[in-house]
Amino acid sequence: MLEQLSDIRERAMAALAGVDSLAALDAWRTEYLGKKSFVTTALKGIGQLPPEDRPVVGKAAHELRLVLEAALEEARQRVLALEQERAARAERVDVTLPGRPATIGRLHPITQILYEIYSIFAEMGFQVYDAPEVETDELNFQLLNLPPDHPARDMWSTFYTTRDGILLRTHTSPGQIRAMRQFCPEPIRVILPGRVYRYEAVTARSESMFHQVEGLAVGPRITMADLKGVLTDFARRLYGEHRQVRFRCSYFPFTEPSMEVDVSCALCDGAGCRVCKHTGWVEIAGAGMVHPQVLRNGGYDPEQFTGFAFGMGPDRIAMLRYGIDDIRYFYSDDLRFLAQF
Amino acid sequence: MRVPLSWLKEYVDITLPVEELAERLTLAGLEVAAIERIGAEWDRDKIFVGEILEVKPHPNADRLVLAVVNYGRGAPMTVVTGAPNIRVGEKGHKVAFATVGARLIDGYSEEKRYMTLKPSKIRGVPSEGMVCSEKELGISDDHEGIILLEDDAPVGVPLADYLGDVVLDIDLTPNLARCLSIIGVAREVAALTGQRARVPDPVALAEGAPIDGQIEILIEDPDLCNRYSALLVRDVKIGPSPKWMQRRLTLAGMRPINNIVDVTNYVMLEWGQPLHAFDYDLLRPRRAGGPPAIIVRTAKPGERMTTLDGVDRDLTSEMLLITDGGGPVAIAGVMGGLESEVTEQTRNVLIESANFHAINNRRTSQALKLVSEASIRFSRGIPASRTVPAATRAAELMRTLAGGVVAQGVADNYPVPQVQRTVRLRPNQVGRVLGIDMTADQVKATLERLEFECAPAPDGLDVKVPLHRLDVEIEADLLEEIARMVGYDRIPTTRLRDELPPQRNNPPLELARRVRSALAGCGLYEAITYSFVGAEDQDRLLPPASRGDVSVRAVEPGPHLRDMLPCILAADACIRLANPMTPERTTMRTTLLASLLAVTAANLRFTERVNLFEVARVYLPVDDKGLPNEVTHLGIVMTGPRTERSWLTPEPEHQDFFDLKGVVEALMAALGIGDWRVEAAAHPTFHPGRCANLIVGDKRVGIFGELNPAVRVAWELPEQRVCLLEMDLDAVLGHVSAAVKFQPVSRYPAVVQDMAIVVDENIPAAEVERVIRETGGRLLRNVVLFDVYQGPSIPAGKRSLAYSLTYQSDEKTLTDAEAAKVHNKIVQRLTAVLGAQLRGPSGR
Ligand SMILES: [Zn+2]
Repeated sequence: MLEQLSDIRERAMAALAGVDSLAALDAWRTEYLGKKSFVTTALKGIGQLPPEDRPVVGKAAHELRLVLEAALEEARQRVLALEQERAARAERVDVTLPGRPATIGRLHPITQILYEIYSIFAEMGFQVYDAPEVETDELNFQLLNLPPDHPARDMWSTFYTTRDGILLRTHTSPGQIRAMRQFCPEPIRVILPGRVYRYEAVTARSESMFHQVEGLAVGPRITMADLKGVLTDFARRLYGEHRQVRFRCSYFPFTEPSMEVDVSCALCDGAGCRVCKHTGWVEIAGAGMVHPQVLRNGGYDPEQFTGFAFGMGPDRIAMLRYGIDDIRYFYSDDLRFLAQF
Repeated sequence: MRVPLSWLKEYVDITLPVEELAERLTLAGLEVAAIERIGAEWDRDKIFVGEILEVKPHPNADRLVLAVVNYGRGAPMTVVTGAPNIRVGEKGHKVAFATVGARLIDGYSEEKRYMTLKPSKIRGVPSEGMVCSEKELGISDDHEGIILLEDDAPVGVPLADYLGDVVLDIDLTPNLARCLSIIGVAREVAALTGQRARVPDPVALAEGAPIDGQIEILIEDPDLCNRYSALLVRDVKIGPSPKWMQRRLTLAGMRPINNIVDVTNYVMLEWGQPLHAFDYDLLRPRRAGGPPAIIVRTAKPGERMTTLDGVDRDLTSEMLLITDGGGPVAIAGVMGGLESEVTEQTRNVLIESANFHAINNRRTSQALKLVSEASIRFSRGIPASRTVPAATRAAELMRTLAGGVVAQGVADNYPVPQVQRTVRLRPNQVGRVLGIDMTADQVKATLERLEFECAPAPDGLDVKVPLHRLDVEIEADLLEEIARMVGYDRIPTTRLRDELPPQRNNPPLELARRVRSALAGCGLYEAITYSFVGAEDQDRLLPPASRGDVSVRAVEPGPHLRDMLPCILAADACIRLANPMTPERTTMRTTLLASLLAVTAANLRFTERVNLFEVARVYLPVDDKGLPNEVTHLGIVMTGPRTERSWLTPEPEHQDFFDLKGVVEALMAALGIGDWRVEAAAHPTFHPGRCANLIVGDKRVGIFGELNPAVRVAWELPEQRVCLLEMDLDAVLGHVSAAVKFQPVSRYPAVVQDMAIVVDENIPAAEVERVIRETGGRLLRNVVLFDVYQGPSIPAGKRSLAYSLTYQSDEKTLTDAEAAKVHNKIVQRLTAVLGAQLRGPSGR
């Protein structure tokens, strides 16, 4: 009997080692610990044994049962882990398959540049001021020192409308007069963004519609040195901390003195390349001190107030930043273009 | 303005390397766009000034000759050439001679291709070098003949030393008219480099009979011509001008013609004063027996004349003419007439040097679409003081170069003498405007570099403006001159120290930003389309049958347009361009939809799925003449598969009305607009059964839906559903809540109960939901419609709506019984108000 028990023990343990599923484990339990199993039967049949054998066999059978139960529990943990692993393995995927397409939209690159410009100037206290795109000749030109037939009008090829004295603004500058007339006699710090229009054939380099951001500061103590400071800070934030900024004398009828602002070419670091037309410099803005007559036209006394103004082109900024060589991309709204930004 | 450095050097010493000079000029406003170096590529030890000692026939070719060239280094060499401008028997020509090894441009190649000269044999005769054409030296494209140099060209000198030059190509802004001349540029160079310009006072050796009585000059309109000066040069011999003059004219961008015309052009380039040469003998007197007459007057009605370019031109009464006793001989300051032109036969020349009104000149030149070197200068303004010096210079050149005899004196009619301006400058303004400290002495010294004369005045300086500076009128102009001379780079860079102006919110800007960010979050791309459309484009948003209906296609400007969405306005009532560039862009749009459909059509050529939006203005005319109302609109287009095609969704469904409706819901949530709703709408642009108005508060602010299939065909869009929205963003400004009102989150569990009801199919779902929410009160926290069903189990004309309702309390755990009480109340009320029948807790 004792030998049989020991045999059973060996067989059961060997069988258990081979068990690798919960079903097999269940079958094993029935076989070795079930109602009809040898151990159960042996324990039940103890009464039939000679009394002297009973304690020994009883103890051995009981021990065996405890051992098998403990082994079962241990095996159950092992098999459970195995089963989980098997199940997980069945769900394995090819991680190199493409993902489920998620669609995220994007803002137009010009909008992104505009928002960047707004935030840089907002920190310097310049707020956005909106002005009309369909404008009067008076605001677009005359009040900016460009009377009819002024030769400098050639600098802005103009779309006129069929309405007398009404045109599409050629620049955001008429907004200067509107802002001054609204805020006078307060000091002013505004930027005027928006669409502008030029009577120009559409080519890779010129568009009949594009964007501008005008800036205007008017106050009792504003100097050309301040203008240089504002534009230098702006240029370094937009184009990079290490860019050089250069101010060149230029001409706009509504500023005096006037200047063009260049930033050292980021592409060649000033050595000269195609983008900067081999000059090492890229033009980024026109600017100047507001002409005394323009201040007067806006309601400010040029003896009490000075001001500066500047204008820049977000389209051009975007072209430089992203290496876009054809301005026509911006308003064709080709998704293959828009999806890149 | 193209400025050859050799010419400039006659008037000012150049003390800087050319790159530095260009940089200085550029910073001072004379933008040097290019530096052209003539002869920089010519090998100094291989290309020389040579002299042809003999031209011999080629033994084997009629068209070729042999030229024996002395180039000052060793024995003369023989070269074979086919140049038509040297002939057998000639000698003494000075030429550009290249020896073997010289790098030249291939004269026979279309594009610019370099080659190295090798010894060769041409038709049996060895050629030891080359006499060069302009093309071979890169001077021009001329390969007709070889370059013939002046007779006094020094043999043996490297050609680069003799003929080399540098041309500064300067872009001039309109205020720099004074620099449309070599002398003007010389004055700038002098001021910027601390030199003095050598501006001569021209003198002509006048040995002819006095001009008095030989010409009569009348100015009828002194406002348009404040000075007319003339000099007379007799007995000129017309011929080519000297090579140096031709070369300079060519470098400056003008074509040499003959010695007389070339002199007028040369002096114009040098002094900036356009001149005109008349054939004196062709000028007619005012009356028989009188001297030839010049009458400056405006054109008479119907008058015409043929200009130098051979074009017969209609003249208008605004145009200023130069006439003689017989009629027009020139359009003043624009172009001369053919009749009195200098020709081969001309012997006596009248030099016109006049001053014409800039604006009048500009109008005439624009009206005739005739821009000349003269009109470019007159239209920007020229000092009247310059007529006589320029004419004198020209007369002297005609004397020396054309053998003319100059009449003594000047015929000078000068009704409105130029006044020299004086401008008061207060030195403290330098600090106030420029932000730099300068003493009065420093200011004075700076201005004197530019030939301004400064005298002390009570509160500063009285600055006398030189006659050649028509652009300086006020103190600010002087400040710019000071800044320019100091150098913009030497003005300090400071931060604004002025008080910050009041800072204000900008609700429209903020709204646009929130709209953009919400829609990009919904997967839409932002478009920016043109503000103008073609005249027909907006009409194409309507089926032809609807175009007569003024409720959908307005024909009059007015405030009512604001309430039309989309606002389709007849093109002739829109703001229209007077000078459109192309027919596709003639009309300022009143709706965004046409532009969006156009870009959709373009995109659908390569993709199936287009989800775009635009935030932009429309231009709604309020009356017949004033500025339009510019209203900011939102436009959306969504079409094509709901997601990109992929292995996970091989055949994705196409987007429809409810995809757009979902975007509308997300947008309203993002904008914090609570009081909005939609109602079924009918508009011929849209699908008859899939169109809705968007109502915020009690105002219709937008329309959206699927595009009417008939309109889709008109736009040549493929057969797929196209969803469109247009919304007036300005109209919702007052409804956007800047601040979100926080709702506490309940800490107690929620009870979710479903219900399915059957209602008449015409009852809008929004109405059912309204009754549910109204009845559910505070405990009803969420309503989700999760099934809409019509089918065999539902009576005809009815539909089943299944809702999942969430109940929750802020104070306690809600029991099922408490939730059921509310739930039953909702059911009862739906039955009572809408005739609903309960189908069960849920499902079909
Ligand atoms: Zn570069």
